[in-house]
Amino acid sequence: MLATLLAEVSAPSVVTTPLTQAVVLPFLGAIVVSLIPRGRAELHRVVALLFAVATGALTLALLAGFDRNDSGFQFEVNRVWISDFGISWHLGIDGISLFLVVLSGFLFPLAMVAVTPAHDPKPYYAWLLVLQGGCIGVFCALDLFVFFVMFEIVLVPMYFLILGWGYADRVYAALKFFIFTMFGSALMLVGIVALAFLSRDGVVEANQARVAAIQSDMAAAQASQAPPEPDTPVDPALEARLAEGEVRIEELRNPKLNFDLVAIAERQTVTDTSTGASPFDWGAARWIFLAFALAFAVKVPLFPLHTWLPDAHTQAPTAGSVILAGVMLKLGTYGFVRFGLYLLPEPSVFFAPALVTLGVIGILYGAVVATMQKDLKRLVAYSSVAHLGFIILGIFALTTVSIEGGVVQMFNHGISTGALFLLVGMIYERRHTRDISSLKGLQKSAPILAAVFTLVMLSSIGLPGLNGFVGEFLILVGSFLTRRWFTVVAAVGVVLAALYLLWAFQRVFHGEPDEDNAAMADMNWREGLVMAPLLVLIVFLGVYPKPMLDRIEPAVARLVSHVEDHSDYREPAVATVGAGVDAPGEDGE
Amino acid sequence: MLDLVWLVPALPLAGFLILVVLGRRMGEPRAGWLATAMCGGSFVVTAIVMVALVGEEEENRHHVLTLFEWIKVGGFRVELGFLVDPLSITMALLITGIGTLIHLYSISYMHGDPKFSKFFIYMNLFVFSMLILVLGSNMLVTFLGWEGVGACSYLLIAFWFSKDANASAGKKAFVTNRIGDWGFMCAMFLTFATVGSLDYSVVLEQAPLIAPATATAIALLLFLGACGKSAQLPLFVWLPDAMAGPTPVSALIHAATMVTAGVYLMTRVSPILTQSYDWAPSIIAWVGVITALFAATIALAQTDIKKVLAYSTVSQLGFMFLAIGSGAYVAAIFHMITHAFFKALLFLGAGSVIHGMHDEQDMRRMGNLKKYMPITAATFIVGWLAIAGVPPFAGFWSKDEILLSAYEKNPALWFVGLVTALLTAFYMSRQVFMVFFGEERWRDADHADAPEPHESPWKMTLPLVVLAGLATMAGILNLPFGNRTHFLERWLEPVVGESEHTVTAAASAQIGLAALAVVGSLVGVAVAYRIYYQHKMEPVEPAIMAEGWKYDTSIAAFMGGPGREAFEATATFDGTVIDGAVNGVATLVSGSGTKLRKVQNGFVRTYALGVAVGVVALLAYFLSRVTF
Repeated sequence: MLATLLAEVSAPSVVTTPLTQAVVLPFLGAIVVSLIPRGRAELHRVVALLFAVATGALTLALLAGFDRNDSGFQFEVNRVWISDFGISWHLGIDGISLFLVVLSGFLFPLAMVAVTPAHDPKPYYAWLLVLQGGCIGVFCALDLFVFFVMFEIVLVPMYFLILGWGYADRVYAALKFFIFTMFGSALMLVGIVALAFLSRDGVVEANQARVAAIQSDMAAAQASQAPPEPDTPVDPALEARLAEGEVRIEELRNPKLNFDLVAIAERQTVTDTSTGASPFDWGAARWIFLAFALAFAVKVPLFPLHTWLPDAHTQAPTAGSVILAGVMLKLGTYGFVRFGLYLLPEPSVFFAPALVTLGVIGILYGAVVATMQKDLKRLVAYSSVAHLGFIILGIFALTTVSIEGGVVQMFNHGISTGALFLLVGMIYERRHTRDISSLKGLQKSAPILAAVFTLVMLSSIGLPGLNGFVGEFLILVGSFLTRRWFTVVAAVGVVLAALYLLWAFQRVFHGEPDEDNAAMADMNWREGLVMAPLLVLIVFLGVYPKPMLDRIEPAVARLVSHVEDHSDYREPAVATVGAGVDAPGEDGE
Repeated sequence: MLDLVWLVPALPLAGFLILVVLGRRMGEPRAGWLATAMCGGSFVVTAIVMVALVGEEEENRHHVLTLFEWIKVGGFRVELGFLVDPLSITMALLITGIGTLIHLYSISYMHGDPKFSKFFIYMNLFVFSMLILVLGSNMLVTFLGWEGVGACSYLLIAFWFSKDANASAGKKAFVTNRIGDWGFMCAMFLTFATVGSLDYSVVLEQAPLIAPATATAIALLLFLGACGKSAQLPLFVWLPDAMAGPTPVSALIHAATMVTAGVYLMTRVSPILTQSYDWAPSIIAWVGVITALFAATIALAQTDIKKVLAYSTVSQLGFMFLAIGSGAYVAAIFHMITHAFFKALLFLGAGSVIHGMHDEQDMRRMGNLKKYMPITAATFIVGWLAIAGVPPFAGFWSKDEILLSAYEKNPALWFVGLVTALLTAFYMSRQVFMVFFGEERWRDADHADAPEPHESPWKMTLPLVVLAGLATMAGILNLPFGNRTHFLERWLEPVVGESEHTVTAAASAQIGLAALAVVGSLVGVAVAYRIYYQHKMEPVEPAIMAEGWKYDTSIAAFMGGPGREAFEATATFDGTVIDGAVNGVATLVSGSGTKLRKVQNGFVRTYALGVAVGVVALLAYFLSRVTF
């Protein structure tokens, strides 16, 4: 098996596929970094950066080569990996995953440039590279097994990053993070295996007709050549044909196990909904959905499974927080799209009301709790709970507009919140505190930092013209079509977002600084260099999001029709006055 | 020519971008001159576009220039485009015109401020956003400008952020506005869900087909947004505090332009309002007139020169909503224009006074300034007569139109409006007498060596003179002498339609009402004269009015008290209950693990016992399943 694996992986066609490269390169980098002797400290950073930047460049190349009209998976690579279990190295990206791959591509090098670890650079960079590979792997995986492996791999480096380079309470936070998310994904493995077996059962059932056809064929052949006497030798041609038929039936009755996401998701097309003859037992599928949902809900995190997040964020080193908020939370929301809506459409529709409810609770609850935080980093962490609640609302409102909004918001939240964590990290580096009450008047001592913070904050608040607004508005306007009242309540989160961020900004940056705060240094050029691309994106994607939207839309539209094909959900058509239910009432009144 | 409209917002945007990059290097006063030039250039372009628009046939005065597709997903499609029609161009002309004057004024006013160039960065950004607001060809572009001006307002109110009060005022303005924005957003959701578009040309054309219930909901949600931006009850609390910003900001943003955005919006969507149930406009009219009265009563007990003007602005905006609610959109826009002139004039005059008095804002410490600041005094008096509604100054004509329409709608509305007009004349006269007449009061025991006031430089007085001219003459825009002199009405007709409300009252009744209004104004002036000039009567300034009927403090007390406690309780709930449950599970697991560990004690007999118990239990189970 190992030999086949090696043969497959070393086959040139696999290595040269860009997705494989993008996934493998960071892992390779991690190995290289850990092989550099401890004494050559200066090399670790350079080599790690080199690999991270190369990976980022690869993802940008993917963006450049992406065909915006193709709604399916692109850059696909599909090689048998472990044939006995039907596991294959199946990668591919569509418009939904494209920007998350790009986000993982460039956020890592930025985080690396922004922060130099206080000690032990070697494991620090190695872990970060492992994390990058794992994150890209999750977004590219089209095989349930590969997905699961990548999904779990990312826990390890994050655990060690928090534990090794975190702050005072890091042991507790790291353990909490690890156990919480492990607990969530344990059931997912059960779900994945169950799904593979169920799907095989479905194939068997679907094959029955063909089995019957072959059987009757064989019977007919036998009958046509009914042997007059028992001892006449059987016609060898017939014998061969019968044997062949037996083998074929055997194959059809015992198909191979298959973990392929696309195969399982698309095979449901076989379902004849009119007769209800489904290869899937939807009762079981709903349980499987719950197993997946639990894993993703912890990751997102959804209320009430969110309490690991503020602890992990506060204790993680800056780079860890940036990656955690920027990329890792999206593993959950992305999971809901790809392994919820796409893989299990019917259960997704069934559970949508519950998830929408949890999302809206998260929006308000996260915002309210964020308002009262005394620690700046914790405040930003809770704001993520609120923002991710918007994404969940968008995804499970199930309209093209709202889901696209959710996908856009995943990317934009990565930029804005990543930038916020970088800024908070800069403040901490200078003042050695994140306590809001001991910071004051920083705008006077650090006007550039304050100006950058203002822009990022306005983006996070969702000011039109900046990136945060696009996703948020699409989510809300799309969700309103199917979940009117939830949307109206969720929009209150927009008011609260202004409240908690502006209040925090006021306490930290406004007022007359005391001695410690007055002496704080402003942003230096290296930090400015890190922030610059983020700021450019914040403005560009707010003013001209079209290139992004155009690439995401085909995949989302296809996803929605996929959901429609496999459930009784129907997307409401775009309204026109007079034609719809909203015809004018009695005007005479 | 009409396509030149893109230049109108582009120039201030260019000014903003140049100043962001080079502002510090340009420094004072060049940064200010650049910003002023950009704003002035924008005014010139607007004027050119306006001329081109006038040249068009009346039915062709509607032109959309699409720049690019902003957001398009599925059926949701929004373009970044500009709508050129009489309403938007009138607004743009007003904004760039007054904007230029105030930019010029600010060069002097902000003299010596360490953040001189930053001020002009924000000012140009504001003008840009405001132009986007009025020129937007769909609701979302309007919203883009709407939030943009809100952000600029936030930045400018908190401009001198070292003082906590200024910082708080900025935040309060933004958050309060956001409450209104919630309404605006929900209105857009509902519009899109109903009409399938946010384009004004589509939405307004289809408006007559929208079900009245839906139209009412959209109109009232938009009105909530307008209440936030235009400082109406119950959301007006941010505007008086917004005076913490530099005075030119108060003049431009918090008097002449931004706060009138709500009036603009309601006028823009007037077909939807028309399609609503009848009680919807009535709500708007009543909110407007009650706000007007409420704010006027507060204004008459204020001692801060800017606070008087702030409450006066709230009150005058209430008049505009009274007009909207009465269906008199032209009157609303008319009053918006005249108000922009005289209120900008009054604010800039107040700024000149504050400047001349070396940052003194307390009217009790002023007096007889006409001697030291003749130009400021003369122009301020023009503004006073205009706002008081004394003919022939501009305010008289526009306020009269509103009162007339209100009378047609409901005489009760008219009566409250009339009382408010009287109060307006009263508190403004009080201000003028306290500031410019009477005895000099700036030297008292505490301030024995207070410097003498001085007149401001030309860069400040020139805008005052120009605005004074406009505040005198602007009534010409829409004189009530027959249809021919209703210039504004005919100009705006393509937008607001044939006024539904054609005034039906007889000419004699109209004259009677106007006469009553003038008498009201004069009574107000006369009473103030007796009290504050001749000192023959005791001033009536109840503390409750000075404190704004404790409205703001009650809200603050609620937010700081129960509101904060509820938030705090939620945060505590999160820490103790939710996270407590998580930690509880962890403790439970590790605790039970510790206990269970004792089972593994290494004694074979214990294990044997366990096995035996297990066997018995299994046997019992299977036996219970056996059916005999």
